[in-house]
Amino acid sequence: MSLELRDIHKHFGRVRANDGVTLRVEAGELHGLLGENGAGKSTLMKVLSGFIEPDSGTISLDETTLQMRSPRDAIAAGIGMLHQDPLVFLPFSVLDNFLLGSPPIDRDSARGELDRLAADFGFSFDPDAPARTLTVGERQQLEIVRLLWLGAKVLILDEPTTGISATQQSLLFEALRTLAGQGMIVIFVSHKLEEIEVLCDRVTVMRRGRTVGEATLPVAIDTLVEMMFGEAVAVTGRPPGVRGGPALRLDGIAADDRLTRLEDLTLEVRAGEVLGLAGLEGSGQRTLLRACAGLLATTAGTIEVGDRDVTKRDYHQRLAAGVHYLPAGRLEEGLIRGLTITEHFQLASGSNRFLVPWADARGDAEKRIAKHSIKGASDTTAEALSGGNQQRLLLAMVPPDVKVLLMEHPTRGLDIASADWVWGQLIQRVEAGTAVVFASADLDELLRYSDRIVVFFAGRVFKMLDASTADADQLGHLIGGRDVA
Amino acid sequence: MDDTIATIIAAAAPLIYATMGETIAEKAGVINLSLDGSIMLSAMAGFALTYITGSVIVGFLAATAVSAVIAALIAFASIELKLNQIAVGFVLTLLATKLSSFLGTAYVGVKGTHVPHLAIPGLSDMPFVGTVLFNHNLSVYGSYVVLIGTYLFLYRTRRGLELQGIGERPEAAFARGIAVNRLRYIYTVIGGALVGLAGAAYSLDVKFGWRENLTLNFGWIALAIVIFGGWHPVRVAFGCYLFGTLQVVALKLQPVEALQGVSQILPIMPFVLMIFTLLIVYLDWFRRFGDRHPAWRRLLASDPPAGIGRVFERE
Repeated sequence: MSLELRDIHKHFGRVRANDGVTLRVEAGELHGLLGENGAGKSTLMKVLSGFIEPDSGTISLDETTLQMRSPRDAIAAGIGMLHQDPLVFLPFSVLDNFLLGSPPIDRDSARGELDRLAADFGFSFDPDAPARTLTVGERQQLEIVRLLWLGAKVLILDEPTTGISATQQSLLFEALRTLAGQGMIVIFVSHKLEEIEVLCDRVTVMRRGRTVGEATLPVAIDTLVEMMFGEAVAVTGRPPGVRGGPALRLDGIAADDRLTRLEDLTLEVRAGEVLGLAGLEGSGQRTLLRACAGLLATTAGTIEVGDRDVTKRDYHQRLAAGVHYLPAGRLEEGLIRGLTITEHFQLASGSNRFLVPWADARGDAEKRIAKHSIKGASDTTAEALSGGNQQRLLLAMVPPDVKVLLMEHPTRGLDIASADWVWGQLIQRVEAGTAVVFASADLDELLRYSDRIVVFFAGRVFKMLDASTADADQLGHLIGGRDVA
Repeated sequence: MDDTIATIIAAAAPLIYATMGETIAEKAGVINLSLDGSIMLSAMAGFALTYITGSVIVGFLAATAVSAVIAALIAFASIELKLNQIAVGFVLTLLATKLSSFLGTAYVGVKGTHVPHLAIPGLSDMPFVGTVLFNHNLSVYGSYVVLIGTYLFLYRTRRGLELQGIGERPEAAFARGIAVNRLRYIYTVIGGALVGLAGAAYSLDVKFGWRENLTLNFGWIALAIVIFGGWHPVRVAFGCYLFGTLQVVALKLQPVEALQGVSQILPIMPFVLMIFTLLIVYLDWFRRFGDRHPAWRRLLASDPPAGIGRVFERE
């Protein structure tokens, strides 16, 4: 069995998302599709799964050309796709999700099938629980099981490791290896080199809507980086900074956001210091960030910024005190859909003038767009920006002299170039005396940029590490709740 | 007492038709806001056609057709023209209402044919239940069928699950090979047809006869009851019977001496109380109560279909 996409073209407006892409994958192959955000990977995979109709090009499986007008045709041909945000129905039960769109079968048999398939891969879910109670990782597992049950011979996974735990990731990788071993075609889409490196047999690299190269793994990382970006990008580390006085001090705080309960937490971050927060999703990092930002009330203890007690101060008062928070949901919590870059800058300006001087505002926005190298125009709306550019815009809106910058997953979903740029900006601010507290699931990021790392486990500080002496293996174990030191 | 409850059941029958129709359309993701106008024009058409042909069946068919056509217009405007469902529905409400006044002039005050009465043999002899449920006009029995049918279809059939899927997350339904927009057309029109039955049930039974604005505001209250009922047919039906109760109580209070001063506002009190109940149900307190007592959550949960009112367009 082999799958071939030949000369696929697809444009959206003036953007050529796929500009003549050709891809060939053999049976039993774990094939990586690598490229930075916006390279056209997702579009290509949506074409392959019938979700998008291409402008031109052919898809053939086993030398037979497929007529694909909708996902229905793709399913019939045995092509299934796991979307980046798993397409499950949140209020429906797991079993209903499994059944929806399946060939006729009675509920009891379906329940048996679901149990059997889940057990094959070491997954487990309660068939009667609503899907909204499942973690992102479990929703993926449900989708994978469902697609296999529908007879998928080709399984596409679009950035599946975003938002899932380390355990779920290893379970997923194990399942994918098994499937490839059984002779299936698995296409793994990612912008993360390390994942492709550990998982895949072969890799195809895309850049700007075209395939730019192929390689059999293992291969030198520099070769792949060069294919992705056209030239090798030097990833900057962080030079040891100069520390000032305490910027943020937490003394015995407790907070509860209904998902995680933080108790008796004491921490001090100094000006010019970077503190990384590590831990499984929901171990307390987000709770802590939101409590510091003033978005979540603390039930005990005190919070001081500089030498001011801000415990009883709300979000706006803390903003004024120099505490800024950039949430992980950039478009959901950080930016406003439908408003342009200029309008965002004006909203964030804090000006009290009754009329907005739009001509000046546009000029000002253009300067800041250039300064922060945002790929967009002054009248581009927030949702039209890519993830990396949304993060750039958010950072550009933070005034330069903040005391404490709280960030949740600062580079999640960003390609290497954008991530590197974001950290370049952050390091500049740190050198100017800002304290940065960030939560991340990326161990390399935590180790590379933090001065100290706090590892959370079940709402408690499990361990405090000096980043210069820690390594990824140790950190990984600590996150899982095992102290091997 | 038995008779009073029987009156409530009968008074609520048209609302059952309308709310079930709206529940189906909204569960599929399309808001048919034209209810108030649809019911009115269907009521007029149903009465007029029955008067002309002498057949109640023809009247009901005409009423069904009128509202189904209006629903089809909403589906077309939303799916093909990508227009806002709320705006289109509102315009159609006004249009249908005025059209009913204009076309119905000739039928004001004429004597028509009533839906036949049928005491179900055997069942109607049972104590209490017989009087309350099984001694009614035919259109009331139809409301039972529609209510139970809607419930069973939504929650017991594969097609019902698909229907919920296209309203909840159309992209996910599409990815599963379901023809989202075609089904949205179908369910909006079926829902509209049921709304039409409500109109005929008013003009040929509950509010027998035709005059201008015969069913004014009943469409709006039906829309509110669907929200009150959290898009669940059983809870929605409960809302209909609650409203029916309020109506009958208001009617009974009208001759009371002490209330003569407020007799002008009594007829509108059920509407006000119903909207008030709706607000109460949406208090955050109820949500928190549901969080604490999972057994109640199912009954109190009232999340709208996530894809409601949103146009589905493939990339």
